Amino acid sequence: MSLRPDLAIIAAHLPAGARALDIGCGDGELMAALRDERGADVRGLELDPGNVAAAVGRGLSVIQGDADTDLAGYPDQSFDYAILSQTLQTARAPDRVLDELLRIGRFAFVSFPNFAHWRVRLSLLWGGRMPVTRLLPERWYDTPNIHHLTIDDFRAHLAERGVIVEGAWFLSGDKQTGSAAANFLAEHAIFLLRREQRSLDRG
Amino acid sequence: MLTTPSSLDQRFGLSRRVVLPEPLRLDGGALLAPVEIAYETYGTLAADGGNAVLVCHALTGDQHLASAHPRTGKPGWWQRMVGPGKPIDTDRFFVICTNVLGSCMGSTGPASVDPSTGRPYAMAFPVITIRDMVRAQALLLDHLGVARLAAVVGGSMGGMQALSWAATFPERVEKCVVIASTARHSAQNIAFHEVGRQAVMADPNWRGGDYYDSEPPAAGLAVARMAAHITYLSEAGLTEKFGRRLQARAQKSFGFDADFQVESYLRHQGLAFTDRFDANSYLYITRALDYFDLAEEHGGLLANAFRGTATRFCLVSFDTDWLYPTAESRSIVHALMAAGAPASFVELSSPFGHDAFLLDSPELDRVIHGFLSAGR
Repeated sequence: MSLRPDLAIIAAHLPAGARALDIGCGDGELMAALRDERGADVRGLELDPGNVAAAVGRGLSVIQGDADTDLAGYPDQSFDYAILSQTLQTARAPDRVLDELLRIGRFAFVSFPNFAHWRVRLSLLWGGRMPVTRLLPERWYDTPNIHHLTIDDFRAHLAERGVIVEGAWFLSGDKQTGSAAANFLAEHAIFLLRREQRSLDRG
Repeated sequence: MLTTPSSLDQRFGLSRRVVLPEPLRLDGGALLAPVEIAYETYGTLAADGGNAVLVCHALTGDQHLASAHPRTGKPGWWQRMVGPGKPIDTDRFFVICTNVLGSCMGSTGPASVDPSTGRPYAMAFPVITIRDMVRAQALLLDHLGVARLAAVVGGSMGGMQALSWAATFPERVEKCVVIASTARHSAQNIAFHEVGRQAVMADPNWRGGDYYDSEPPAAGLAVARMAAHITYLSEAGLTEKFGRRLQARAQKSFGFDADFQVESYLRHQGLAFTDRFDANSYLYITRALDYFDLAEEHGGLLANAFRGTATRFCLVSFDTDWLYPTAESRSIVHALMAAGAPASFVELSSPFGHDAFLLDSPELDRVIHGFLSAGR
């Protein structure tokens, strides 16, 4: 099984047996890996009915729904981890989705493509056109990515909201890259977050 | 047509009936006895009894799930879903389908003989609930030696039974599939049923329910079925199928014949129904549906119905179903989430409205097959 690199990082850092909610779980690839390799009790939320059907076919518990509107039904702290991979930039209200993530889960994994990657900058600087890259393959008019963000934007937002960063991983291509110049060099970021005011202990 | 299991056990196979060994205490307070349940089984019960799947039929369905209907000769109502290699695979599962309590295909209902009078119960039959139907099924399972169901599966009223099973006997249900259904009957649902019941009762042949020695109230029942049938379809489906096309004529008659194809279709549906269904059963079963409110049975909070359950749930709705719309399934899903129950939910797209669950739907097949095949 070869998971997408950002998913592999999440899978590698999720404690065995954790309760996790994968938001925008697609056909359940990550969920299946978390269940089979980490013994996680994992649930999913997914917009596309075909993907839900595929995930249910894998024996996964997936609810068809929209991260923008359907997270309110989950009780507070009902999961150890809430996972949002490659979906934040498609949300209508990413700040509210982030709040919901940290309400539902004690921890949250969030991964997103970095709009400040040098290739994106170069494309806009020299080409004067909205960048079309490997991680951002759609053109300006048909992209589902309606809230582009950079790693520095995200860090600033977390600081404003008082969200604590427990861990951060950066990817260039399929390889991990350092955090030093991540905003320039990383195509992709994965953050592990928790709310400041909440105790790490259960209950 | 499926073959009966090779087992010589007379309890298993097609067209079976059993008188339950004990009286049934009903939600309405009455004690009903004797209770006879008509049922069919398909496939072979595993030695450990762990492969039983109970399929629950909808309002006007019956136990002929995947075998020819004795009166109409038509294939079973879910023949496409149940059989060897099909989504509910009888090579793997032992499948049971019962005629619900109160119905008219062999289970005890208003047309049955009241032992205290020697005549059909008619309106002296006690009002029953969905949970009463489920309790009768549970007694049948005891008779069959099935302690625990690998799954209970149902659409529409069958979905209500499946939910009621999971809420009433959680320890006996491993998986629960609820298709195009609801946890409570809405005011609109009750309103449509009331139209149907009033149509039956307005038929002079109904005679307060005592028509078993005379002509049945076929006209009233046909009207009830016509009204109900509209709720099973969608405007898009009706338009696609009939539009405003005329039936066997080139021009409008400027009268009240069935000028339009859709009228002719509904009249046919209504009449065909009266050949196979008892009007009093229709009254009692629609009443059972109207009384259904799973939250009310659990202190007003639906999540309480599923608190602490280990049952895995799968809910499916159809986007054109306006009888039990997606919002009804979603509210069940929210209750399941609040109760921490493992649940899946998908809204499938179909032009066919509520009836979609009975029709060809590869996506539904995929979901049901996947959900039933997957291990814990």
